Amino acid sequence: MAERIKCAIVGSGNIGTDLMMKLHDHPTLELTMVVGIDPKSEGLALAKQAGYFTTHEGIEGFNKHHEMAKIVFEATSAKAHMYNAPIYKELGKIAIDLTPAAIGPYVVPYVNIGDVLDESNVNLITCGGQATIPIVAAVSKVARVPYAEIVATIASKSAGPGTRQNIDEFTVTTATGIVRIGGAEKGKAIIILNPAEPPIMMRDTIYCQVEDMDREAILTSIKETVKRIQKYVPGYHLKNDPIFYEDRVVTTVEVEGAGMFLPKYAGNLDIMTAAAVEVADQFAHHLLGIDKKTAPGVTR
Amino acid sequence: MAEKRKIRLVDSTMRDGSHPMAHQYTVEQVTQIAAALDKTGVPIIEISHGDGLGGSSFNYGFSKTPEEDLIAAASKVMNNSKLAVLLLPGIGTQEILEHVYDKGARAVRIATHCTEADIAQQHIGLARELGMETLGFLMMAHMVEPEKLVEQAKLMESYGAEAVYVTDSAGALRPDGMRRRVAALRQALDSKTKVGVHCHNNLGLGIGNSLAGVEEGAEYVDGCCCGLGAGAGNAQTEVLAAVLELEGFDTGVDVYKIMDVAEDIVRPMMPRPQIIDRASLVLGYAGVYSSFLLHTYRAAAKFNVEPRDILMELGKRKVVGGQEDSIIDLAYELSVKQKAAAK
Repeated sequence: MAERIKCAIVGSGNIGTDLMMKLHDHPTLELTMVVGIDPKSEGLALAKQAGYFTTHEGIEGFNKHHEMAKIVFEATSAKAHMYNAPIYKELGKIAIDLTPAAIGPYVVPYVNIGDVLDESNVNLITCGGQATIPIVAAVSKVARVPYAEIVATIASKSAGPGTRQNIDEFTVTTATGIVRIGGAEKGKAIIILNPAEPPIMMRDTIYCQVEDMDREAILTSIKETVKRIQKYVPGYHLKNDPIFYEDRVVTTVEVEGAGMFLPKYAGNLDIMTAAAVEVADQFAHHLLGIDKKTAPGVTR
Repeated sequence: MAEKRKIRLVDSTMRDGSHPMAHQYTVEQVTQIAAALDKTGVPIIEISHGDGLGGSSFNYGFSKTPEEDLIAAASKVMNNSKLAVLLLPGIGTQEILEHVYDKGARAVRIATHCTEADIAQQHIGLARELGMETLGFLMMAHMVEPEKLVEQAKLMESYGAEAVYVTDSAGALRPDGMRRRVAALRQALDSKTKVGVHCHNNLGLGIGNSLAGVEEGAEYVDGCCCGLGAGAGNAQTEVLAAVLELEGFDTGVDVYKIMDVAEDIVRPMMPRPQIIDRASLVLGYAGVYSSFLLHTYRAAAKFNVEPRDILMELGKRKVVGGQEDSIIDLAYELSVKQKAAAK
């Protein structure tokens, strides 16, 4: 196999474990280490079983063996990342942050990756952000978007205690991402939890207010974006064709998870781990000096 | 003679009533209603976007006047009643709550779907810290059995809610269902925690369900003048005041004065009569969030489909409050099917 970039996963919960599954036999990323804090965690046991080096000593454990990885996936909590981030920086690592800590700039694969490849810490925003900001960016690429609003509906079962206890973090962070990365002038985000059984698939509605509507150009741009996302999240799809309505375009997407470690309905978690791996892959290409024809950053 | 049991009425004409008003309330209207309600003895007056603080949006409809301006204006003319707001975590935030507290809000209802109380912990905690009268609102209460509602009510109580509501957002409960839920909460919660009821009229049971709840121990009851509220509307504040007085409860509300507010001030502002038409009856029949009504009418007209078909299907899909975005999407789907069938 060609040269690959070594990676570690810090955090051995659901997200960390799903990341591990996505990194098996990756062409540019070589997972070497999984870091946890509970020796009895299921994630660490699975990692050991799969032949990866594991430690249950948390950041100290990572520190002892840090030469094993260049890229670190942070799948802990905002609080833990606040503590860990300076350590990664000191050690010269690239941190891909899946927590809401948001120390580094926001990143969405293909939308603004070109802007952040020289950063040492990037943040994945939120699941709702990963699912919707590319669509906002697709519209703002071809039209002025004075305002964009997204509604993310997820299955209650897929919302862990972290999301539940910090629900404002989701809405505020996603709204900021809609503006900063999506290119809308103002943004708003709403999240709804639906407890229906069987659990519903993640569903996102993206409203973009548009000036000087060119339906053809908007439709083409959205469809291209969806295709690009499908490369790393195969279960991402338009529910119907976007609807043009008064001064707005309404796009509804559904995100079905890959069903590797997390259940299929947890598309919201799947899109986070898939985006994280995609971002790491783009960093790896950059480090290895291979051109991945990454989209340039958002310039507006 | 035993002292009459006290019932705390909450008038939501300027919150639930914001739905039929399509969120177009003006400062003048709100000032007029608030000043008049303040003199009736109603203890709490709620003012917010229909979907709560921060509800102004594509998804729920934009407010004509920012709600903070409405709240600030009303607060200036209220000397007796407490000004309340509604907050749905996921839509509104703690930051907005602090902001409207500064504008004069002194009570808050923190609302979640009836199975999702744990998303409200921070908001309830903040409201208590601010010293607001803090009430938990378990919406779409018809969707779960009393045992589940008790579990969720206890969570809200543990976060600091001073009362927990059985909120019949779909107007789908009948008196027996309301009784069982209120009784279960009354029995399970601490005696200091009150129980509340919020009833819609989609099945014609707004007042009946409220009374059933009160008989089982509810001490907070919601109403809207002339029933102005989502769907077929809410239990009418003026009728509640009359019925509860006749039944021997003490609401502190002057029945004559509240009748006058309803008929002389609110009624002339109403865009449509608050009646049980086909579609609003279907809300109760299918168990759909009452504020979906007008969004459904609009989507049905745009895509030329039958409003009842949309609502019945939404009921089947177990859509919850806040999912207004699924209406337009479903209307479009139904129109595509309809066109295919016609070919």
